[in-house]
Amino acid sequence: MIPAPFAYARPTTVEEALQAIADGGEDVKVLAGGQSLIPVMRLRLAAPETVVDLGKVEGLRGVRDDGDAIVIGAMTTHSDVMADPLIAEHAPLIAEATGTVADRQVRHRGTFGGALVHADPAGDLPAVALALDAEFVIVGPGGRRTVPASEFFVDYLTTAVGEGDLLVEVRVPKLSGEWSMRYEKFNRVAQAWSIVAVAAAVRRENGRIAEARIGLTNMGPTPLRARQVEEALAGAEATAEAVAAACERAAEGTEPSSDLNAQADYRQHLAKVLTRRAVSTAAGL
Amino acid sequence: MTAVEDRAGTAAAPEKEIGRARRRKEDARLITGRTTWTDNMVLPGMLHLAVVRSPVAHARITSVDVSAAREAPGVVAVFTGKDLAEEQGSLPCAWPVTPDMVNPGHPSIAVDQVNHVGEAVAVIVARSKAAAQDAVELADIDYEPLPVVLDMEQAVQDGADLVHDHLESNTSYHFVFDAGEMGTGGDTEQAFSGADVVVSRRFVQQRLIPAFMEPRSVVVQPQGDNYTMWSATQIPHILRVMAAMVTGIPEHKLRVIAPDVGGGFGGKLQVNPEEILCLLIARRLGKPVKWTETRSESLMTAHHGRDQVQFVDVAADREGNIKGLRVRLLADMGAYLRLITPGVPALGAFMYPGIYKFPAYRFECDGVFTNKVPTDAYRGAGRPEATFAIERIMDELAVELGMDPLELRRKNWIDAAEFPFTTVAGLAYDSGDYESATQQALELLGYDELREEQRRRRESGDPVQLGIGISTFTEMCGLAPSRVLGSLAFGAGGWEHASIRMLPTGKVEVVTGSTPHGQGHETAWSQLVADSLGVPFEDVEVLHGDTAISSRGLDTYGSRSLVVGGSAVVKAADKVIAKARKIAAHLLEASEDDLEFEGGKFSVRGTPGTGLGIQEIALAIFAAHDYPEGIEPSIDAEATFDPENFSFPHGTHLCAMEVDTDTGFVKIRKYACVDDVGTIVNPLIVEGQVHGGLAQGIAQALYEEAVYDADGNLTTGTFVDYLVPSAADLPHFDTGNTVHAAPGNPIGAKGVGEAGCIASTPAVVNAALDAVRHLGVTDIRMPLTPERVWRAIHQGGDGGDRATAGSNAYGGAQTETTAGVATDASSLGGDR
Repeated sequence: MIPAPFAYARPTTVEEALQAIADGGEDVKVLAGGQSLIPVMRLRLAAPETVVDLGKVEGLRGVRDDGDAIVIGAMTTHSDVMADPLIAEHAPLIAEATGTVADRQVRHRGTFGGALVHADPAGDLPAVALALDAEFVIVGPGGRRTVPASEFFVDYLTTAVGEGDLLVEVRVPKLSGEWSMRYEKFNRVAQAWSIVAVAAAVRRENGRIAEARIGLTNMGPTPLRARQVEEALAGAEATAEAVAAACERAAEGTEPSSDLNAQADYRQHLAKVLTRRAVSTAAGL
Repeated sequence: MTAVEDRAGTAAAPEKEIGRARRRKEDARLITGRTTWTDNMVLPGMLHLAVVRSPVAHARITSVDVSAAREAPGVVAVFTGKDLAEEQGSLPCAWPVTPDMVNPGHPSIAVDQVNHVGEAVAVIVARSKAAAQDAVELADIDYEPLPVVLDMEQAVQDGADLVHDHLESNTSYHFVFDAGEMGTGGDTEQAFSGADVVVSRRFVQQRLIPAFMEPRSVVVQPQGDNYTMWSATQIPHILRVMAAMVTGIPEHKLRVIAPDVGGGFGGKLQVNPEEILCLLIARRLGKPVKWTETRSESLMTAHHGRDQVQFVDVAADREGNIKGLRVRLLADMGAYLRLITPGVPALGAFMYPGIYKFPAYRFECDGVFTNKVPTDAYRGAGRPEATFAIERIMDELAVELGMDPLELRRKNWIDAAEFPFTTVAGLAYDSGDYESATQQALELLGYDELREEQRRRRESGDPVQLGIGISTFTEMCGLAPSRVLGSLAFGAGGWEHASIRMLPTGKVEVVTGSTPHGQGHETAWSQLVADSLGVPFEDVEVLHGDTAISSRGLDTYGSRSLVVGGSAVVKAADKVIAKARKIAAHLLEASEDDLEFEGGKFSVRGTPGTGLGIQEIALAIFAAHDYPEGIEPSIDAEATFDPENFSFPHGTHLCAMEVDTDTGFVKIRKYACVDDVGTIVNPLIVEGQVHGGLAQGIAQALYEEAVYDADGNLTTGTFVDYLVPSAADLPHFDTGNTVHAAPGNPIGAKGVGEAGCIASTPAVVNAALDAVRHLGVTDIRMPLTPERVWRAIHQGGDGGDRATAGSNAYGGAQTETTAGVATDASSLGGDR
């Protein structure tokens, strides 16, 4: 469990970090918390030439209020996310999902931005970010740009953060109206990755579901929105039957993988059940 | 103040240590890590080893080029199989279960052929661990693939591909126990041919990984022609004998030390290839060497457990009276026979009849070679498999007969009045009362209310169904009577040794041959000695694990330590008292016969106020100024205890299980167990052993499975895929005890180390099946993954094989299991 030799840089500003990445050679890895990078390096499944450690970079931690959105610094740890009052008020779904990530020790070191850029399809936060229409602020040699969640997750372990880029913060729009949320995670033991999970946010109005947003974890190479379910729920009666009928469409368009924990058809079945449960809980049924 | 008063108040009758829930005196150093684990050892000039391992399951080695590795920075030497072929001998197998058992021999390092993934093919020796590990990837080894043999049922067919092509088949041995032939029961075929009802099942005991907390680690220091080996082992004494025989280092020139060892569960009851390699290389180089495995190496190459296919038939009449039991096993040996590989299923042979009065019984087992890492002892070793089979088939028989599973058991179990009872397997069960343990367990569970809830859930078609599983078990513990082991062709005895040294200040050193690796021997032995000698608990120090200090011993496994090792301690204490009595009589000027010994003090009967404490005698005999003629000036003593029979803990375990029929997720609602482990020396340790055992037994039922892919790669190569449950995944345990002292040892203890692990697995599986049997489910393969449960409910069958293509080791990130293996793929960077 000893990684292959690598160069190590520990910048203190974003500018220095970008320079370190630019100078780091062919294969540079950014260390945000090490939740995934350290294990794969120790197993020598990854052997980067340079590791750029963001741990000392100023200004990337914490959550702030920015009017119509809250802004979460990329290096905010999972445990800080779970304790943050702004997230609890405006995006409790993030805190709930983060509480299911790995174990206490990992949540103490792992970071919000790191988990999103790693974009593991079984990771819990990408589907949540997608469901909440988060926006990703990326800096790079070409300057600063903002990418919507719908364009951020490009492919398996691949995001819009290009070589030489750095994710610095994530903007989560404040929702207006009466929203309630639920992250329904299915795994075999407490610290495990999701076999399938569903992030649901539901706005109720006059006994009906006015609007629903649903993100799916581990139902394909990237997190997915269950658009067909969202459409079926929009304006539907807030009844168990209506919700169940809508959630039957949760697996449409998904391409889950098969592994030791679940074959693809079982994952598709789980997606329907878990979507129904997440939506029902969020809708107060 | 209160404490002082309490002490004063009880001075007349000091509290007995036996039965006290003492916190373990060794825990502070073990938990904080402020102790010497083998990997903490640093010796001047010490070199570090890293092992180049085969990435393929079965192949001829066509070329080995280690020139680049030899040139790597920090590398001192590289050894290949050819370099060590002449001196490596074969790793020992101590249990030839049949006279004609085939043992292909087990090299520590492969020479021309590899037979499982992870087998050593070269060893790098470097000045640092990192340098050694870096050089692993520079070793260039070519393999010519051979057909991979993985499935036992295929491997035993005529014309099957062979693991060892110099052997005639993949079968190592055919072991038979037939009660009719042995005279312990009737004719089995006759019992079956005349039976009203025969129920037959095939059960799969999946392969498990012991997953001890501390990875294996070895340090060897050569000094002249003497060698000291530190190893994270359960068995320093056995290892010394075996390593001497394998390497030719004379036994008296080899000292083996097991410092504090972090768990074993049978996984460190082994003579490991790397232990031999460290000795050979230290001898070659004349320098101290260390090897510590990575977790990946541990999961891939340390021996595994279980892996049997069980064909079980039970015969009964319509009233539920059992008539016969027939068991046929295929037991996966893996690629080689290690220390007791073939003996594990054979040991189980005697436990299949369980607590029941079978009139006829026949057991057959084939040991089968496959291209997987060898199997060997794992917590329970043969007995969990047996208990699972009998407790599962009793439930199946109850279903067939339309009887309550508890009633069927009651009708056939040994009644309390029938002890001692000789079973159809020829074992003499010592003591117990199955009915009272069962009654207590039913109350702890709240059985009647849960049955009522189960009925309601069934009637309403609740998506979450409830089931109750029963396991009424016994096991043979206290390994073992040496003569019985001899009759089973085991290569050693089963006695245990202890000595007691009385120090001048009255403190006591207890030397035990039963080497702990986390069980709490230091605490329990201190309690035994405190009661025997009447000295304070704190005045006792327990020494162990070093063959130079504890020269005789047979170590810790098979729930033997307290039963056998603790008995040796008690016997040694008796001898100390007997020796001290002569000196006390001399100093008190009284006849020995007039002395009584109580609370650590000799006094003259009928003469209050006189007296001499045993700790004072220790000082007096150290000075040796005044002692009787004709005796030696010492009250130290030693004892060896060889039990005449096994001990037989028993108990009733009940599991209430919720099954979510929508997802297949199973959740233990309540777990209650009542164990009879004989006399309890320390209730806290007993409780801890039961909890840990339950966790491991439940883990077999629900979580753990070592899965190989079609090429023989271990897919479950990390703890992300090999699921070991934590406290967060396990329920509260409601535990209780009945106490029927074991008649076969002076303590009355029966052994508790394996009870929870043996009893729980069938209780959990029976519970899940009870929850969904009305939906048409008759079996679900272990572990009961949600997917298997869901498929069994909705598609029929037993849930089937798991998909093994790739692994989800890093969440959705598919990885190959090449960790620790030198291949092009393992050094790839890429986007992971």
